[in-house]
Amino acid sequence: MTLTSKTSPATSPAPAASLAPSGGTNPVLKLVTRVLDWPMAGLQRLIGERRMPYVFLLPNLVFFGLFVFVPIAINFVYSVTGGPALFPSERPYVGAGQYSYLFDCGSYVDPNTCREDHFWRGVYNTLFFSFFQVVAMVGLSLLTAVVLNMKIRGRGFFRAVYFFPVLLSPVVVALIWKWILQRDGLLNAAIMGLGGDRTLFLAEPGWAMFWVIFVSVWAHMGFYTLILLAGLQAIPTDIYEAAEMDATPRWRVFWRLTLPLLWPNLIVVIVLSLIRAVQTFDEVFVLTGGGPGTSTLMVVQYIYETAFSNQVQNFGLAAAASVVLGIVLFALTLAQLAFTQRKSS
Amino acid sequence: MSDLLRRFEEQNKGIKVVLDQVPFKAINENLPVQLAAGQGPDLARVADLGGVARYMLDLRPHLKDAAYFETNFGPFLEWMRVPGDTSSIPGFMTQLTLTGPFVNKTLFEQANVPMPGPKATWEEWAKAAKDVAAKVQAPFPIAIDRSGHRFFSLAITQGAKVFNDKGEPAVVDEGFKKGAQLVFDWHKNGVMSKELWGSVAGTAYRGANDEFKNAQVVMYESGSWQIGQFDKTIGDAFDWVAVPTPCGPANCSGMPGGAALVAIKTTQHPQEVARLMEFLASEPIAAEFYERSLFVPGHLGIAKKGLEYKSATPQGKAALKVFNEGVSQLSPVATKLQGYVHNRVIFNAVISRLGQAIAGESTLDEAYQRIESDVQQQIAERTRK
Repeated sequence: MTLTSKTSPATSPAPAASLAPSGGTNPVLKLVTRVLDWPMAGLQRLIGERRMPYVFLLPNLVFFGLFVFVPIAINFVYSVTGGPALFPSERPYVGAGQYSYLFDCGSYVDPNTCREDHFWRGVYNTLFFSFFQVVAMVGLSLLTAVVLNMKIRGRGFFRAVYFFPVLLSPVVVALIWKWILQRDGLLNAAIMGLGGDRTLFLAEPGWAMFWVIFVSVWAHMGFYTLILLAGLQAIPTDIYEAAEMDATPRWRVFWRLTLPLLWPNLIVVIVLSLIRAVQTFDEVFVLTGGGPGTSTLMVVQYIYETAFSNQVQNFGLAAAASVVLGIVLFALTLAQLAFTQRKSS
Repeated sequence: MSDLLRRFEEQNKGIKVVLDQVPFKAINENLPVQLAAGQGPDLARVADLGGVARYMLDLRPHLKDAAYFETNFGPFLEWMRVPGDTSSIPGFMTQLTLTGPFVNKTLFEQANVPMPGPKATWEEWAKAAKDVAAKVQAPFPIAIDRSGHRFFSLAITQGAKVFNDKGEPAVVDEGFKKGAQLVFDWHKNGVMSKELWGSVAGTAYRGANDEFKNAQVVMYESGSWQIGQFDKTIGDAFDWVAVPTPCGPANCSGMPGGAALVAIKTTQHPQEVARLMEFLASEPIAAEFYERSLFVPGHLGIAKKGLEYKSATPQGKAALKVFNEGVSQLSPVATKLQGYVHNRVIFNAVISRLGQAIAGESTLDEAYQRIESDVQQQIAERTRK
């Protein structure tokens, strides 16, 4: 499609004109470009060339606004209302009541002193889970990527094996592991076969959290490994050849060359895995249901149950909790962005 | 149900009935949201009667014989009404349920332990079940569904009153504490496994019906609705029996409950809904439904006459007899709690907090305080206008 501008002919970039498709040899495409040409040209004359990018962004913005920003606004409205009614117009305004209920704590480091202790237990469990899951995820993904980048036998097979769990639905992953970990599951059968005692892995708080982290890392590690592997393969080999000629030790090569050059990919992995860890829900919900007690209850599960699953549905409180979670995620993303920018500059 | 509906369609040529079968969880979690949004079905079979009472349609103007419903479903209609309403007829009970224990008789025989008699206490049953489990290596001496409803069938026998003199909830009293202490201690001394009450969070329901069917449970406190599936799936794998609810110092009462078919306010076809309701509630059709589904009848006339349950095995028939007899043992506290519009608030708080205590996150005293404050806060939120 060729766009011409009478308002600013001098600023029209020449390459754009030459790149503008005329439909090539495809007659259908040619027809479409001709049909679209004159209204777009007219629009450009009307609003000016500088505003044209917004025209192309508009459909996406409308879609995004309708399904992201409007729900965020509605969620905020719910968070300042109370009662059991579904429609915001029927819900009484309670101001910051839901927020003050959520934050009513004797001490924020002890959930037992909070009125809504389940929310705070969810927050602490999520923090604990996120920290250990991200550390394990990044460390193991890096190790796996480095190994898979070496010239080892069956490399292609192992790359597929590590990626395979990523293709499974989180619910399927959780169900498989539930079968393995339950009272009469595979793991207990193996332990007892070796003369050990049966352990209720999903009914003991410490074990439950360990397995939740383990299963999450197992299920998603392949994806992050792939990102890091792509990063490793993009590092020019001549750098390594130069290091080899200088007889640089391998650990030093990794520390001084590989890691800094892989840093952009590592940042992506850290950001993505952290956001996913904070949002985690489906696997944990199916695997442990948040138990035993509330030892693996995550904040997203708390929100879901408060709003929908408790039979006594408290939309206002759930909305307030999700606003808090949204703010935390936003802050985390900003911090990551700032960190990345500083690092790259 | 579908062949009964087909019969109705044949008799009422102008009416087509679409039956949607959904999981029990969807009825409890999704339907209330649908109803609140005005998007519900014309009629629905529900278990949380008080929770959805405000969405129900009073069928009286559309029924040919409203007195029939009053006569045969009268005491249960209160469970479907909003507070202050004493006369509406939103539907009828398709099933009256009663909590009660099932016992694996074969395990008792294998262990050579005598089964406690009809007036035995919970403690006597716990001791016997633990002895049996120890001898036959069964992992669950006693299993009680992770459900507030089931817990109260124990707590009421211990003297829990649930309400104060003004009729307001006063959940934690001495009887309640005795019941909670029993459940707590049973988890400590191995009578109950943590896998039910201690293994999930919040208000999640966990049943042990699969474990019972696999002969892993000596005594399973659940309810009459399990008879149908036990009758079909256990077959002759082992002998099972329903026994009367064990006694406590106060009584030997179970908890009543059930499911009702109710009309929904937003229906565009109230006349047709009333016709269908009349058809399904009519004595021959209701009797056929209760008999085939092995349900305790929620129809007083049919209950008085009794049902033969022709399709049930002798074990199933015996179990139904035990539960039918259990209806006469019901404590007024149990009936009042079942009819209380905010009973789910109480049930939720109890499951959630007792579960935390069992998992070791809190003491029982802390759980009691939390139960009281949760009930207070959630009722305030639910009634906020």
